[in-house]
Amino acid sequence: MRILVCVKRVPAVGSRINVTDDGQQVDTAHLGFTTSPHEECAVEEAAQIVERLDGDDHAVVVLTLGPEASTEQLRYAASVGGNEFALVMAEGGLDWDPQRTAVAITSAVRELESAGGQFDLILFGNESADGGNFQVGIRVAHALGRPIVNGIKGIDPHERGFTARRETDAGYEVYELEAPCALGVKEGINLPRYPTMKGRLASRKAQIQVLDSAADADAGGQSRVRLHRPPERASTTVQLGDSAAAAPAVVNLLDELGVL
Amino acid sequence: MSAVAVLIDHDRGVPSSGALEALTAARALAADLDADLDAVILGDNDLFDAHGADLVAACADYGVAAVHRGRHSFLADYGPDAWGAALAGFVEAAGPVAFVAAGTDRGAEAMAQLAARTDLPLVANCVNVSPAGSPPEGQPGPANGDAWHITRIQWGGSLLEDVTLTSTLPLLTIAQHSIEAEPCEGDLIHTTVADFEPGLGPEVQQTLIRDRVTLTEGITLSTAPVVVSGGRGVGSADGFAPLEELAELLGGRVGCSRAVTNNGWRSHSDQVGQTGTRIAPEIYIACGISGAIQHWVGAMGSKNILAINIDPEANMVTKAGYAVIADLHEVVPAICDEIRRRRDRPSSS
Ligand SMILES: Cc1cc2nc3c(=O)[nH]c(=O)nc-3n(C[C@H](O)[C@H](O)[C@H](O)COP(=O)(O)OP(=O)(O)OC[C@H]3O[C@@H](n4cnc5c(N)ncnc54)[C@H](O)[C@@H]3O)c2cc1C
Ligand SMILES: Nc1ncnc2c1ncn2[C@@H]1O[C@H](COP(=O)(O)O)[C@@H](O)[C@H]1O
Repeated sequence: MRILVCVKRVPAVGSRINVTDDGQQVDTAHLGFTTSPHEECAVEEAAQIVERLDGDDHAVVVLTLGPEASTEQLRYAASVGGNEFALVMAEGGLDWDPQRTAVAITSAVRELESAGGQFDLILFGNESADGGNFQVGIRVAHALGRPIVNGIKGIDPHERGFTARRETDAGYEVYELEAPCALGVKEGINLPRYPTMKGRLASRKAQIQVLDSAADADAGGQSRVRLHRPPERASTTVQLGDSAAAAPAVVNLLDELGVL
Repeated sequence: MSAVAVLIDHDRGVPSSGALEALTAARALAADLDADLDAVILGDNDLFDAHGADLVAACADYGVAAVHRGRHSFLADYGPDAWGAALAGFVEAAGPVAFVAAGTDRGAEAMAQLAARTDLPLVANCVNVSPAGSPPEGQPGPANGDAWHITRIQWGGSLLEDVTLTSTLPLLTIAQHSIEAEPCEGDLIHTTVADFEPGLGPEVQQTLIRDRVTLTEGITLSTAPVVVSGGRGVGSADGFAPLEELAELLGGRVGCSRAVTNNGWRSHSDQVGQTGTRIAPEIYIACGISGAIQHWVGAMGSKNILAINIDPEANMVTKAGYAVIADLHEVVPAICDEIRRRRDRPSSS
């Protein structure tokens, strides 16, 4: 079985997000980068599926579109179960519109498949952590003619395809997809592993294939004017105390709010 | 007359709350464009027999001129391909001037399916939409007469992005809770109902819902009036016992931060935040949570926030309306004791 996972490099933001003076990007001068949680779980899920299978003709292929620095996210994936790695080189790609991103990823998938065979399953995150466009995976899957369901929090492989569970407020919905297919997964589907010693070694040795499939991808109809922070809710914090002796004041508050 | 069309996403005949918000946003857009407000509802004969009248009445309350009911046996329940294909058929036949849906799981997914099928841009999670013409007040940049000017959310609401949209048919989803659902005031217009039968191939059946499993009855994290959450400061899975007790005493639910789910102390279904659940309780009690922005966006819909933290500078503390600066392991049990004490002796107060 071959599983492809698409991950995006995103800044690891803390208590607030700063924007560059030109309003075009998140200011990352003092920030590290990470993989979005949904996609980290997608890598873990792929690794778990493949590790349960007999034989050694299985692979977890991890793809990212972005600048060269995105190899950091591929190397991390190598340390937690990824086997093959592809960088779709696109200098400003982290800020691309979703149509353009999808076109470039679609042609990269075609290239990877013509060399290495069809992917039985392609995993995306439910949405990217930064852009949150909720569509790149669906566009790619549709262009490739594969069914896709988003919001997935459970996957069981079986002979012909995959049973997928989607969380709802009260429980979950069950979907049955035949391979080849695609799924958009959510954090919580599993608990991603931490890199082990062996994983770190694998990460250093990982061979990364660089693809230029982004070169012909034209900009889509959505175009950034600027990023900015929403107005913050002004608040003055009322201190109810600095020890357990604050309990009566807290209960008074609960009483006032009518939740007691 | 031209129309702004809105997908009413529903679960077995019950519209999502987001769908009513989307109708409210689209009504303003239709007024700007001097267009009608239309609604699209997908189902099969049984669904419309059981819920059709209620769904049409709800649309009428929100000023919908025409309800288009897409009927097909493959639309008996939800499926992203079936919904996407039905919507693609609708926009081709009806030619709306814009198509809008809620940024709910189903709304977002069906719209992405529609966008993929029509190869049109889709702007997700809009909070402000100005049709073609000059850019809205306060938005810089050159006026592009053909482009729409839109503000959307990024990072789950921590950041806003102004974009231009150039498209023959603008496709938009409306960020949930960014607008309050408001029925029309005054005399209602007469709402007409028209049926269409989308041409759906058998391939759309593959992504239909096959089964459902119900796990929780009653209040959920997103509907609880009180949420008592714990973060890394709780220290262990066992450390949640006093928080459980407090939630129980208040008829609420326990939530947590991502540090907690990552440590395996609680299930991810309890996580509040960007990649967890968005909550809107009367009061949110955040214990040992620093208030990272991805946590904050899930909690900011709370009407009141009480932070319990040893660090007076923690983001959660400075943003909260109320705070206790102390060890949660001492404060939370003391609050439980105080509640029980008052309940045991109600006459003494
Ligand atoms: C893309 C992305 C999405 C994310 N989505 C989410 C999300 O959905 N939800 C989420 O929560 N996080 C999310 N995160 C993670 C987030 O950035 C933070 O890492 C996380 O919220 C931190 O959890 P915490 O506050 O429990 O831990 P910490 O940041 O470690 O804070 C612990 C707090 O406990 C206090 N404390 C310690 N001991 C005590 C004590 N005895 N009594 C009282 N206080 C004490 C400390 O002062 C501190 O403020 C996301 C991150 C990324 C990159
Ligand atoms: N630059 C990228 N590189 C790799 N995968 C991406 C990229 N952008 C988006 N994706 C994938 O598409 C999913 C949905 O993204 P979005 O439509 O932006 O919310 C993400 O969770 C990723 O799996």
